[in-house]
Amino acid sequence: MSVGQITIDKLHLRVGQGAQAFEAVQDVSLTVQPGEFVCLLGPSGCGKSTLLGALAGHLRPSRGAISVDGRAIDGPHAERGLVFQHHTLFPWRKVVDNVAFGLKMQGVPRAERRRRALELLALVGLESFAGHYPAQLSGGMKQRVEIARVLINHPRVMLMDEPFGALDAQTRLMMQQLLLDLWARIRTTIVFITHDIDEALFLADRVLVMSPRPGRIIEQIAVPFPRPRDASLVTSPEFTALKRRCLQLLHPANAELPLERLTPLGAPTMRHLQFAI
Amino acid sequence: MDSTQQAPGGGIAVGMAAGFDSGIGPRWGSGLTAGAARWVAGATSLVVCLLAWQWASASHLNLGLVTFENVPPPTEVAQAGWALLQSPQLLGHLKASLARVFSGFLVAALVGILLGLAIGRSRRLENWLMPPLEMLRPIPAVAWIPLAILMFPSSELSMVFITFTGALFPILLNTVHGVENIDPRLVASARSLGGGRRAIFTEVVLPGAAPSIVTGLSIGMGTAWFCLVTAEMISGQFGIGYYTWASYTIQNYADIVVGMLVIGLLGMGSSALVKTIGQVLMPWHQPEGKP
Repeated sequence: MSVGQITIDKLHLRVGQGAQAFEAVQDVSLTVQPGEFVCLLGPSGCGKSTLLGALAGHLRPSRGAISVDGRAIDGPHAERGLVFQHHTLFPWRKVVDNVAFGLKMQGVPRAERRRRALELLALVGLESFAGHYPAQLSGGMKQRVEIARVLINHPRVMLMDEPFGALDAQTRLMMQQLLLDLWARIRTTIVFITHDIDEALFLADRVLVMSPRPGRIIEQIAVPFPRPRDASLVTSPEFTALKRRCLQLLHPANAELPLERLTPLGAPTMRHLQFAI
Repeated sequence: MDSTQQAPGGGIAVGMAAGFDSGIGPRWGSGLTAGAARWVAGATSLVVCLLAWQWASASHLNLGLVTFENVPPPTEVAQAGWALLQSPQLLGHLKASLARVFSGFLVAALVGILLGLAIGRSRRLENWLMPPLEMLRPIPAVAWIPLAILMFPSSELSMVFITFTGALFPILLNTVHGVENIDPRLVASARSLGGGRRAIFTEVVLPGAAPSIVTGLSIGMGTAWFCLVTAEMISGQFGIGYYTWASYTIQNYADIVVGMLVIGLLGMGSSALVKTIGQVLMPWHQPEGKP
């Protein structure tokens, strides 16, 4: 596996318009190896989703450069799949057609894209829901369809913005396990945003801790636990030790109040932003 | 085939039916099911209203401010209605009205949806087109009648124009609203999945705005009928609105009410048609939000 290398060089990102504009991400430099699973961990509003939006191509850097496999990012592309916190399935398409959307965009014939979509639905355990509409699925199922819809494009990188943040604790654990199983089969670089320390340490090869706004990477933590990992990992002493370190980084003595959440499409109020780029 | 083999099956069926009966027994015991109670209340209320109307017109009720002296009773209206049903005139009136409504409505739907999609997608077009449209919008379509008669070569065309004007704005504004309210995350997702400009439009914008467009069409259908009837009263020679007004001028008072009822039925039927087409085209859309 040699595709999916992300290079970020002295990146600055500004979001908001006019007087409300502010620097959300400041001087971030980073390399993610092909096939690596990286978690960006940081407090709410620290700019980690903004960074993800820039990787997806929905936000432009104000300074610095980002590239994937040596090519500068100049807009959204199927090579960089994006999974939002709340699903973005098309309500008017059945589950199987939602998953097949990327193939339709590539001009794959109907029968072929249906076959491949059913394959991916089987991988996420939802082949029997192929004919349902998204509104008929639970929150966890919708996110599984969303992930399948991104993976069908075989993206070089999969960008995930707190994808399990809106799910209940039980479903979240199940989804984390499912994601690791999928990643073991369909090897792709994953950049995963979360503010949940357990989630970051359970999933990642490497955890990047970000500071409050303006977001900077203040620490990189290699996560040495062998794979496959299972739920018992989170109670091991080694895990607890890493968790303590993350807690100290995230909650320093002079912690400020949490900030408004940002999204990969910019500040929450910017409804028309994606049309501008 | 074999009556002996069918017997046990029949026995089971009877048993199940009995169980079903006893299962809902308590609800029947306490009165009626919710659906039946509503139906009975609605029917009773309608009958009471008809009786009140019959009594008011039969006794020439005069309340000072409003009088029932010249209002035909329901029995006369029913007779007049029956007579109209059998007369060859009815078809001519219906044809004339339906042709006007549907041609005005279809042109309004075409113009309203296309213009609405364009305005909803383009800030520049919105800046250019909305000011004149916003100026025209508050003018009721009915107020256009005199000018329309002067502007169009035939009264037929001027009536279609009035219908068009009435239907246009609800369709246009609901389309613009539908396009502008599409979740930008859906558009972003489609782009991240490899969707280009055209795909965004056909796969996201059109279906995303569709429920709002259908709402606009349904409202537009209602206003189209409203405007048509008024226009026919002034410049028509056939049509249900004309029939209603002509009945007044020749003092066939029962026919006025028949005309009113036919207009109501046609309007209701047309709106139901629009809604049904909407539901067929959007099986995924659940107005109540239930699965």
